[in-house]
Amino acid sequence: MTNQHSPLTEPLAEPDTVVSELLDFLAGQTRSPWSPETDLFRDGGLSSLFAMQLVVHLETRYGIAIRGADLRLDNFRTVQLMSALVRRLQQARADGRDG
Amino acid sequence: MTTAPQPETAHPPTHVLTVLGAGVMGVGITALALGHGLPVHLVDIDRAGLARARDRVAGELRLAQLLGALPPGTAPGRLTTGTTPGPAARATAVIEAITEDAELKARLLAEVSALVRPGTPLITNTSSIPVDELAGAVRRPAELVGTHFMNPPYLIRTAEVIRGPRTGNPAMAAVAALLAALRREAVVVRDAPGFVTSRILHPMINDAARVVEQGTATAEQVDALMRGCLGHPTGPLRTADLIGLDNLVDSLWVLHQRTGDEGCRPCDLLLRLVREGHHGRKSGSGFYDYRWDDHIPVGAGNQKEN
Repeated sequence: MTNQHSPLTEPLAEPDTVVSELLDFLAGQTRSPWSPETDLFRDGGLSSLFAMQLVVHLETRYGIAIRGADLRLDNFRTVQLMSALVRRLQQARADGRDG
Repeated sequence: MTTAPQPETAHPPTHVLTVLGAGVMGVGITALALGHGLPVHLVDIDRAGLARARDRVAGELRLAQLLGALPPGTAPGRLTTGTTPGPAARATAVIEAITEDAELKARLLAEVSALVRPGTPLITNTSSIPVDELAGAVRRPAELVGTHFMNPPYLIRTAEVIRGPRTGNPAMAAVAALLAALRREAVVVRDAPGFVTSRILHPMINDAARVVEQGTATAEQVDALMRGCLGHPTGPLRTADLIGLDNLVDSLWVLHQRTGDEGCRPCDLLLRLVREGHHGRKSGSGFYDYRWDDHIPVGAGNQKEN
């Protein structure tokens, strides 16, 4: 059940790749460049509602399910933090600790 | 996840809600209640809409959790849905959140008041229709109370509560207990067209739209000034998009008809946007465009640090 949304062939993404992909995604969505450490909500002026779009994007792009205690705004504040979250959830899934 | 059965308990839950209407507010109120552990039966006459409403409720619950708006460690209440209000017979409170139309509301409330157990508060959620206009339609007018939840209900802690001239103390106490269970702060006001918030906000939004219509400033400029100079959190026109321009126009007509205030007559720009299907965020466009950059504030690029 926990893996039903996951593309099973999705390999673990390299952290640097996730960072650069997320920067591209944000630039495309906002039509502005971003840096990995910028707090998107406090300093970036993005609506906290935009975080939900980030959640859905991360889940579909990286084949992870973000739920429970992980579903909190602080995990999505910066591109660095999102990359770390993706890595941790992908690793957990690969180790069979998902869920 | 919201439909997972709850463990059986020896005692029935304190609050069992029936919510009538699976529009923006019905879904938001349902998410608020489920997120606080209350079971909800959500009713809408549109069967296809109900199926979508389940997904929308689940999405709202996730958003509420993401934004830290739900009490930690609380298992979500059970959601059931249906096309008839029959289960209101088992409810401890009924919240009506259908279209802002006094006749439709009166008809539905009359039907539901014949179903519920005596003593069950009937709550009409409205932005502007006076409670007492509907009280005559229900079996026990003392049980009818008005609320005006803001959108989204789980993010805004304060709710306007309207006591009609015929509303009784037990109904007021029941609504206070319900709102406490939902961790909302109630401000109880007297009955009048638009009560407090809409009576002040809606003519102001109408004026803001008129300013744009007359070419004095763009929508972005109006909101930037209201935010930057006057401390309005989102700006009146972005707020209008969140309310829904169709709902706003309905509400302005209610106010205009009942107060005679010409400032409440919806301006041409509002009427044209509604006519052309620009109903605000829920439709993808209003004063702003939400079709591909949903939730991103205009001008975000100017505000951030790199």
